[in-house]
Amino acid sequence: MPDNRGHFGLYGGRYVSEALMPAVIELEKAYTRVRRDPGFRREFHYQLREYAGRETPLYFAAGLSARLGGARVYLKREDLCHTGAHKINNTVGQALLAERMGKRRIIAETGAGQHGVATATVAARFGMECEIFMGKEDVARQALNVFRMKLLGAKVRVVESGSQTLKDAMNEALRDWVTYVRHTYYLIGSVAGPHPYPLIVRDFQSVIGQEARRQILAREGRLPDYLVACVGGGSNSMGLFYPFLKDRKVKMVGVEAGGLGLKTGRHAASILAGQVGVLHGSKSYLLQDRLGQIRHTHSIAAGLDYPGVGPELSYLRDQGRVRFASATDREAVAALRLLAEVEGIISALESAHALAEAIRLAPRLGKDRLIIVNLSGRGDKDMDTIADYLGVGL
Amino acid sequence: MNRIDEKFAGLKSQGEAALIPFVTAGDPDLDATLQILRAVERGGADLIELGVPFSDPMADGLTIQRASERALQSGTTLPQILEMVRQLRRHSEIPLILFGYYNPFFRYGLKRFAHDLNAAGVDGILCVDLPPEESGELRRWTDPHGLDTIFLLAPTSDATRIRLVSEQGQGFIYYVSVTGVTGARKRFEADLRAQVTRVRRVTRLPVGVGFGVSTPDQAAWIASFADAVVVGSALITQIEKAKGWREKSKRAGAFVARLKRAMKRVAKQS
Repeated sequence: MPDNRGHFGLYGGRYVSEALMPAVIELEKAYTRVRRDPGFRREFHYQLREYAGRETPLYFAAGLSARLGGARVYLKREDLCHTGAHKINNTVGQALLAERMGKRRIIAETGAGQHGVATATVAARFGMECEIFMGKEDVARQALNVFRMKLLGAKVRVVESGSQTLKDAMNEALRDWVTYVRHTYYLIGSVAGPHPYPLIVRDFQSVIGQEARRQILAREGRLPDYLVACVGGGSNSMGLFYPFLKDRKVKMVGVEAGGLGLKTGRHAASILAGQVGVLHGSKSYLLQDRLGQIRHTHSIAAGLDYPGVGPELSYLRDQGRVRFASATDREAVAALRLLAEVEGIISALESAHALAEAIRLAPRLGKDRLIIVNLSGRGDKDMDTIADYLGVGL
Repeated sequence: MNRIDEKFAGLKSQGEAALIPFVTAGDPDLDATLQILRAVERGGADLIELGVPFSDPMADGLTIQRASERALQSGTTLPQILEMVRQLRRHSEIPLILFGYYNPFFRYGLKRFAHDLNAAGVDGILCVDLPPEESGELRRWTDPHGLDTIFLLAPTSDATRIRLVSEQGQGFIYYVSVTGVTGARKRFEADLRAQVTRVRRVTRLPVGVGFGVSTPDQAAWIASFADAVVVGSALITQIEKAKGWREKSKRAGAFVARLKRAMKRVAKQS
């Protein structure tokens, strides 16, 4: 998976305008070459170790496990990566790929700003020109990350069209790409977009699951019973899940953003509440109205505030391999607070959705059961949002 | 032969290039669109591209983005657009192409989509984000109804892409004049004529040029080496500036007439 045209069963593919087809075909060829190149893999893992700070710990959350009184909960500490989230794994990989393709200008879309920061970071590291597209609403709620990107030398382009969030940032990045396609590399941050992006991002993020698998075997002498990860576009979940897909006994749960509740219509749960459609280059579950117009989404976590989801996750849902759940804004904030109190770790709001599901799940399981939660990012960026939500002035 | 083929054959025998105005359906509402389409036909349009509004028009520049937003705000839907096409068809045989993004078509249900388009009198479909590789599931339903699927080529297209689109395309090939989004432009890439000529050597289909064509002089120049000229954003701007459907359709018709006159002058010279 995927097939040679980028299809995961019914999903995926390459729904882009003709002007971009040569670019995605060129990218596919370049990626096929580096995928087989041991030199590239060495360089990638060298950068992950020396620059991004891998491997990240698989931390046994003793305090949280004791409080929940059920399964033993482990946290995969992607929040400890350079720049504060798993996003750096993918941007390091794609920057190396862009370098090999001779592209000197990098563009990216960002929601929470974590992918934007991770892209600006590698652009600085590898000496590339960088522009980040970000919705106006996200610019307002993630001011700290906007400043970080600028400090890293990137230009931040504020997107004022549509709902002024991640999907509109992606529209604008696609418009820029088609205009400057000859020398620009579009660094997509999620397992979404046209083939080969879902494949590339999954592969680069798989380091999360590869490490976690090795670590849990070393620590517990067996595989976990559950993997839990939040799902916006799906890069951290695919990164954790993929190396375990063949381990049939390992159950997987993807947690979508329930926003104000699935019944309110104000959420971002594409798989739980969407229908199949085509957006941003691939076919997948999509939040849309009955006429096929894309719906506005809501989540307290900017990084989950997206109406689509990676095609491979849609496929894994249909296969029944991954179960999907949702957590509301309120549940995510409560989970974030609990973790802060019992473990001294402030997670990102995105990752707090995964924690919320683990908090529901663990007490129902025996003490001999193991859960790995992907703590995909740290919460520093969310302080304003959380304070605001709790009615606290900073 | 469908209306598109007949039109191109007729124009070819007269040594003329086709003028294809693009109008966003429902901008600002569908009653206005019907009047605008009639005015545009009277002004000398040979075919019409009817834009189906989409919430996320990522191949479009600001002008058509705004037109799409206005159309969606007035509640325009695909079934209503098809109803308007039926009304237009009572008095008009102008070839009509639906131009849009794939998701609203896909969501409509492709079987029903093909049937309803044909019943309403649509002749072709151009889906900006549907390259030949992904078009099989659509064409399974549209081909039996004789609906043309029109594909694009761009300055980035290499010989392989040109061959593929020539083989799979129907109606005509839409050549995108620049790498970029839709929108009026002052200048074109210097080798546009050479690029179009390169495509015409490979294909048996007529080749139309669009994206950025905004003045009668530009339209005339392109008509001197292409089979069709598509004018979108510049026409939308005319419609946008005028108040009320009477004024909008008058201006749209007059603008199209100016473009067509300029193109005919070139046809006579050559």
